[in-house]
Amino acid sequence: MSERSIFREEGLQALIEALSRRGFRVIGPTIGDGAIIYDDVEALGDLPRGYTDEQEAGRYRLARRDDAALFGYAVGPQSWKRFLHQPLLRLWRAERKGQDVIVEAEPPATEKLAFLGVRACELHAIEIQDRVLIGGDYVDPHYESKREGAFIVAVNCGTAGGTCFCVSMNTGPRATRGFDLALTELTLEGGNGFLVEVGSPAGAELLAELPSRPASREEMDDGDAVVARTAASMGRAMPAEDIHALLMRNLDHERWDEVAQRCLSCANCTMVCPTCFCTSVEDHNDLSGAESSRTRRWDSCFTMDYSYIHGGSVRPGVASRYRQWMTHKLSTWFDQFGTSGCVGCGRCITWCPVGIDITEETRAISDSEKLLGAADGKS
Amino acid sequence: MSDAAFATLMHAQPMVPQVAHVRGRRKDTPDAWTLDLELANGARLIYAPGQFNMLTAFGVGEAAISVSGDPAGGPLIHTIRAVGPVSRALTALEPGDPIGVRGPFGVGWPMAQAEGKDVLLVAGGLGLAPLRPALYRLLGERARFGRVTLLFGARTPEDIVFRHEVESWRARFDIDVDVTVDHAASEWHGHVGVVTTLISRATFDPCNALAMICGPEVMMRFVAMALVEKGFGEDAIYLSMERNMKCAIGHCGHCQLGPTFICRDGPVFTYAQLKRFLAIKEL
Repeated sequence: MSERSIFREEGLQALIEALSRRGFRVIGPTIGDGAIIYDDVEALGDLPRGYTDEQEAGRYRLARRDDAALFGYAVGPQSWKRFLHQPLLRLWRAERKGQDVIVEAEPPATEKLAFLGVRACELHAIEIQDRVLIGGDYVDPHYESKREGAFIVAVNCGTAGGTCFCVSMNTGPRATRGFDLALTELTLEGGNGFLVEVGSPAGAELLAELPSRPASREEMDDGDAVVARTAASMGRAMPAEDIHALLMRNLDHERWDEVAQRCLSCANCTMVCPTCFCTSVEDHNDLSGAESSRTRRWDSCFTMDYSYIHGGSVRPGVASRYRQWMTHKLSTWFDQFGTSGCVGCGRCITWCPVGIDITEETRAISDSEKLLGAADGKS
Repeated sequence: MSDAAFATLMHAQPMVPQVAHVRGRRKDTPDAWTLDLELANGARLIYAPGQFNMLTAFGVGEAAISVSGDPAGGPLIHTIRAVGPVSRALTALEPGDPIGVRGPFGVGWPMAQAEGKDVLLVAGGLGLAPLRPALYRLLGERARFGRVTLLFGARTPEDIVFRHEVESWRARFDIDVDVTVDHAASEWHGHVGVVTTLISRATFDPCNALAMICGPEVMMRFVAMALVEKGFGEDAIYLSMERNMKCAIGHCGHCQLGPTFICRDGPVFTYAQLKRFLAIKEL
């Protein structure tokens, strides 16, 4: 842990090449559709050099930095769940032969994935989805095959987004576990470089192939200072109290109706959330009816169909759908999986078209209790 | 395929249905049918009373349906009400037709806890179907339990599911059966009224009794409240819940009610577990 190394940008290029040589599909940050997205990267030129992202509630803009940093942004609209827990997946195909049906399960993909630029909050998000999809009695074989083979290169955040609140969720900005290698981008004499920390035997083995040298005490301190600066500049914070209990005490709070006045129930927050795991299934068949298949796709608790049982939706109101999302994320997730379902990445705030802020909604409920408590105290 | 092989396959590929065939089909009420199923190569599905399967009508879709047969043996039996596209397709299947089966899933009725106690079954409409396996077990191992009572409410006399069987249970001396309907024409000589009105006519020792309730959510709430008033402990009252389900293995998220996944933690819960959440609108 205390042994850290330094490599320059050539080292990063060599890392991408070494991963490709080992058969990994390397996915990292790149610019697409006016945002920093995750896609295939082959060379340093694919990375968003000199760009940052300005994020506020309901607002995201790319902007130029005044340096040549490769990882000088927070997080974009996508998360790695796109690759591990695919948005659309065929589960099986069936062919009818007379009175029989032959069902053929979709084999899990054999593709090996390497993720470059995974943030601390995202490492926690992956760990959370692991608990849901492979940590219980039943294992999702598709998630499992992608997850088990994945090589993870984390990058400690050098900048905090305007909607980031990982410090208050205890999920960042430093990557502490769940990676093979973790990088901190540093300005070195004669160009950019990276302080490298090894997190696994596979990471150590790969690093040994790269042009690196041991880091000096000063360089390690510089790396720590980068993360400390980021931690000190969080755009937001979740109220520091037992939110699990707070929300369970307030299932009838008037704030749910208030937020429903603003919420469009568009499901953006659930699509960009790196931990939201809900899916639905759809069956398809050809015109003859002889062949059919079932696909699984991401779903959202904000849709009416989500809770539909014969007779109607269990949650027809927007207030109840928002309450389901937020109480699940911040409260009942603890009962189900032992942790919060929120990692403080801020995506749901940034990508909400009307700028609803999960930290503000939590604070509103928390503050109303305090007011009530103060009033009770007076009487 | 052996019974164990079926279970192993289901665990390795929990989202992939195994092919079974319809061997029998009976119309139970104007909109409900019972299907007898046979798994491939004579494998048997080992299940507990109150558990459910995901049934696939190939090319149409999948629905969560409780097992309604005898856990001690015989064919795999499901009773299905035709209320949507999938359940309509399932109930339209004829003997010989293939059907997809995944399961069994969930936590069933508390049969072990019921031993030595008076057992009160309260069913509303097709809610009798998920209770029938429990009733078969109670009658099959009758000496292990105290007084057994079935209180059954249906909308009309035509909606009395398993009618002949209900009549045969009524004729037995080792179970009390009381039936009511919401509405009836003049030829009905039985009780008219909601199922809660039968509770005060039933005999049980509330200090040593256990209740299993299945029916519409509002009916289960009122029955549970009435039983609490009669002296039942909230943790001696069990309900079987229904929610939208896409996976039945705790992965799709749809069936959540408060902290629970109905598919994984239920569908059978104690009233003590759910009381608070059932009282909140649209939770």
